[in-house]
Amino acid sequence: MTPAATAPVDAAADLKRLRAPADLADLAEKVVHRQRLSFDDGVRLYRHPDLLAVGRMADLVRERLHGDRVYYNINRHIEPTNVCATACAFCAFGRDAQDPEAYEMSHDDVYERAAACVAEGATEVHIVAGLHPQFDLEWYEEMLRGLKARFPALHLKCFTSVEIAYFCRLHKLSHETVLRRLIAAGLDSMPGGGAEIFAPEVRTQICDNKCDADEWLQVHRTAHGLGLRSNCTMLYGHIEGDEHRVDHVLRLRALQDETHGFQAFIPLAFHPANTRLSHLPGPSGRLDLRVIAVSRLLLDNIPHLKAYWIMLGEKTAQVGLSFGANDLDGTVVEEKIVHMAGAESPERLAVDRLTFLIREAGKTPVERDTLYNVVKREKARA
Amino acid sequence: MTATLASALDAAYDKAAAGERLSVEDAVLLLGKGDLLTLGSLAKAARERHNPGNVVTYIVDRNVNYTNVCVTYCSFCAFYRPPGHEEGYVQTFEQVAARLEELRAQDGRQVLLQGGHHPDLPIGWYEGMLRSIKARFPEINIHGFSPPEITHFAEIWKLPVAEIVARFKAAGLRSIPGGGGEILVDRVRKIIAPMKATSDEWLAVMGEAHRQGLTSSATMMYGHVETLAERVEHMDRIRRQQDETKGFTAFICWSYQNPNTNLLRKVKDPAGAHDYLRTVAVARLFLDNVRHVQSSWVTQGPKIGQLALEFGCDDMGGTMMEENVVSAAGTTFQLPPDEMERTIRDAGYEPRRRTTFYEVLPPVTVPGARP
Repeated sequence: MTPAATAPVDAAADLKRLRAPADLADLAEKVVHRQRLSFDDGVRLYRHPDLLAVGRMADLVRERLHGDRVYYNINRHIEPTNVCATACAFCAFGRDAQDPEAYEMSHDDVYERAAACVAEGATEVHIVAGLHPQFDLEWYEEMLRGLKARFPALHLKCFTSVEIAYFCRLHKLSHETVLRRLIAAGLDSMPGGGAEIFAPEVRTQICDNKCDADEWLQVHRTAHGLGLRSNCTMLYGHIEGDEHRVDHVLRLRALQDETHGFQAFIPLAFHPANTRLSHLPGPSGRLDLRVIAVSRLLLDNIPHLKAYWIMLGEKTAQVGLSFGANDLDGTVVEEKIVHMAGAESPERLAVDRLTFLIREAGKTPVERDTLYNVVKREKARA
Repeated sequence: MTATLASALDAAYDKAAAGERLSVEDAVLLLGKGDLLTLGSLAKAARERHNPGNVVTYIVDRNVNYTNVCVTYCSFCAFYRPPGHEEGYVQTFEQVAARLEELRAQDGRQVLLQGGHHPDLPIGWYEGMLRSIKARFPEINIHGFSPPEITHFAEIWKLPVAEIVARFKAAGLRSIPGGGGEILVDRVRKIIAPMKATSDEWLAVMGEAHRQGLTSSATMMYGHVETLAERVEHMDRIRRQQDETKGFTAFICWSYQNPNTNLLRKVKDPAGAHDYLRTVAVARLFLDNVRHVQSSWVTQGPKIGQLALEFGCDDMGGTMMEENVVSAAGTTFQLPPDEMERTIRDAGYEPRRRTTFYEVLPPVTVPGARP
């Protein structure tokens, strides 16, 4: 936590600024006095008609934690294969091995992409992929060693819980053994994907073949215990309800109380195109912003909250900076998973555009690395 | 934030909350320094004072851009073609009528009739077009000819604006779109649209139209070379005109759209959604004599277009079959009637269709609309 988190409370000024309607006054009091919100509080915040009042509460919490700083980073996504046995209903990325659009990269393909992004100044690669029997633990250990040997300064943020759980089943190894081997090969931290919605009545309908909530959380618990930092996510805007979203973030909050290993929470907006749920309309901008705000208010122990522009589009992501988000994520190169599902955001945003959007929102842009250290560069980047 | 700034903002917030008329200085302060979500809530309260109730309106309309030939060469426009260009066109009355038959099939109530500034079509051609539309499509209001077009006509036909308005009215014109307002500050107009009507000319056409019983909308295109103070100056000129002639039904603003236009070289960064929402909220607060504020989903997309209902907008504009001008500059958001209804309901409002004059029409069942 930053020093701002322990600054003295000026309750009267904060309450005035919140301009909360009468039927949110009790929650405004709690927020001003830094009291933890309950499950029922979370559901009320989802259902209250005054979206902007909820947003103002979240913005106050964000400001306490981060002042006017908004983070971005320069990174690249690499997805070594789209072949995936899991067949999640919400996914437009995974393919059968026989599908003409299936692809498999070699180690050299991965190194080539990493070399290109290092040349552009990237500090991080984000590597996740489909669950493919030939892309096993040994394949990835060699990939990590190869990357570390070639690019020692590049942060390797790889493998969702779902992939770790898959390696465990494939090799009949424990979470701890798999994670220790990957760390020994060069793994630096873990992304937060694959969490989707934890509640079983939703999870079995959208991703029945994926590891369950307990295993997802157990992998992160183990990773945190081994000294890895990780992120966490939630895929919303499909068939889940308000209670499911609140339940989801409270499970994350409970694990964070134990381990303090999560750096950032990233709400992921469902994109219906080209998925088995394409009959659904997808989340509105109102829901996007509501999820950011309520998550910021409930997750009092996770420092950062990303408005992930890849999923949200730059407009909603920018507005999210007034609803509790303090990070726009990266100038991501070659993102495939969301774009296969019809995301209309460009595949990358230049640093200039990201910093413009942050400044226009009245904040100060700060480049970070994966672990939220500030990155200082010699000269302004193009 | 300094204590002085905070207390100045609080004073401006309180004034806005009380529904007092904001000064130009208040509006510049709020636009530059106000908290986005506070502005939104204040603007939404103002919207409820101007338009009580839970209805959000929209109109089924279509654009007819009868010609793209234009001699005004605005640097921000990707739609026009100069005379003699191989892509230049002028539609026949039959072509216009065919488009209006499609609009009628959707139960449309308005045609937004606008064109390039053609150098030699005579007044009789326009009167003929208006009469032929009015005769065949009496239920469709002709919302036509923005002030720069009428100023252009006055020049090439050597007729006073009042006479052109009167003759168009006699031929069937009932309202005037607010296009070409851009920023009503001549320093800005000289840079982005030097050959287009001046601020005074734009306002004079609107005033004349209002005096002859036509209504009009007012627009603002921001996010290019203007300052925040110039945006407020624009709103102030509209507010002063409205105090006098009272014919503006609605205000609509949108950001300058990249990328296929000449202005690109002067505008590196197109304005974002944050700027849009603050601008629309301050406009709602400042324009205390204009009843309606439209959301510009065409330029902002359906997500921000819907969100604008939290920032003071009470109307979603038109469904805009065949939008040509903004899409020529690269923006192609679509919102057909079923999506329009769903978007409004999802925001917690009752969607209702309206006429150009904001008469609310009975509820309709839109095929394909989700409950």
